[in-house]
Amino acid sequence: MAMASEADKRRYRELVKREQPGRRIVRNTIRAFVVGGLICEIGQCVQSMFIRFAHFKPTEAGNPTVAVMIFLSVVCTALGVYDRFAQWAGAGSAVPVTGFANTMSSAAMEHRSEGWVSGVGSNMFKVAGPVIVYGVVSAFFVAMIRYLVTHL
Amino acid sequence: MSRLGRATWDFQSTPVYVEGYGTVAGQLEGKGPLGADFDLVLENDRIDDDTWEHSEQRMFAKAVQLAMTTANVTAEQIDVLVGADLNAQLTAFYLGTRAFARPSLGVYSACASICESLAVAGLLVHTGHVDRAVAGTSSHTSTAERQFRYPTEYGAQKPPTAQRTVTGSGAVVLGTSVHPIQVTHATVGTVVDYGIASPWEMGAAMAPAACDTILQHLSDTGRSVKDYDLIATGDLGHVGLKLLKELLAEKGVPQPELRTFVDCGAMIYDPNQPEVFSGGSGGACCSIVTFSHLFRKLLNGECRRILVSATGALLSTVSVQQKDSIPSVSHAIAFERKDVQ
Repeated sequence: MAMASEADKRRYRELVKREQPGRRIVRNTIRAFVVGGLICEIGQCVQSMFIRFAHFKPTEAGNPTVAVMIFLSVVCTALGVYDRFAQWAGAGSAVPVTGFANTMSSAAMEHRSEGWVSGVGSNMFKVAGPVIVYGVVSAFFVAMIRYLVTHL
Repeated sequence: MSRLGRATWDFQSTPVYVEGYGTVAGQLEGKGPLGADFDLVLENDRIDDDTWEHSEQRMFAKAVQLAMTTANVTAEQIDVLVGADLNAQLTAFYLGTRAFARPSLGVYSACASICESLAVAGLLVHTGHVDRAVAGTSSHTSTAERQFRYPTEYGAQKPPTAQRTVTGSGAVVLGTSVHPIQVTHATVGTVVDYGIASPWEMGAAMAPAACDTILQHLSDTGRSVKDYDLIATGDLGHVGLKLLKELLAEKGVPQPELRTFVDCGAMIYDPNQPEVFSGGSGGACCSIVTFSHLFRKLLNGECRRILVSATGALLSTVSVQQKDSIPSVSHAIAFERKDVQ
């Protein structure tokens, strides 16, 4: 039995597929849609408040808004709430600003025990790193394409 | 003959007994349905506000200490420590038990390590190479998350087939002086691979290994399922236990006999507890359930003979990222109740 044949493996995969509870895709999608939208809505409210009460120009209100959203996300991560919220909300919690702040702060917290430099310093981008790498790489190619299109 | 069939070691000619046992459980495990059975339940999984790793080491030391206390022996009377955990380079075992300053053997079969430890320790006692051995394992949900998954506070959704790593540690003292629980057989498992590749489907990856080892044990010993009052797997969880029963039924085990099968991972939590998904897993799952709940059943006479088949998924973060499938292994230990005068 140890070396399972391909046919055995296939049969077993079918059994597993039949018996194993799947991810609840419809429920997860609805939650992700609502929660992701709500987080953006909160961001929009914060931005509007900066414009209305702190007299920022609409173009300049983005930066302090992002700072507030990062702060909220990091506080929730530090209090141990964000991961539970993410289990419920799924992809909705991965909305760029708050999700990104969570990846960085959770990695920083996790590796604090290994010291400030080799722990926090080298691991902070452990989960977030790929986002930066592929963000920069894709930005480079998009810029190249734009340059070629506009200059040819 | 001290070997039966292909893979079973028979310890009965020079009997090996469980002289003492100790279990330490984490907060969530303490609140679970077996909470009252554990010897010690942590008030905080982060002991004394130290790191998760140090907490696990201290749990290990505590479990060994509890086992030695119930066996009424001191560290000097232990000839060898055999143990394992899920941390790289077995730091919870080696660093956690170094203060006992005893000869030590670290072993690894992932979450099947407790039965490997019991097999090795039992063999050493049986052959007379040692008079008394300790076998134990530990795991900690937060060290395992770091070792195998994401930072603890990282927000990623886990599927319903996921399992929660048990925080805890369990250890036993094995020796030759007559005690109520005897270790009669050890069946060493073969690595089985059915091509499951998702680290979120450990139950599915491990069920075939448990099936293989249990059937091997029965064929080696010439016993049937009916000879056991209980056959417990280590950490298949609810999903894996269901799959195991399907596989056993396919191999001809009759339906009524399937009721003998239980799983430590499926018993340790209440399904309504938060984020326990398919059940518990981890190196401590099988040990703390066996050394508390199952031993209690043997001691109060509810069971005379049980088989414990701990299950281990053989993966590392590298093997998963390199798209290897997840083979698994299961080792089985048979315990029997002895009436002591």
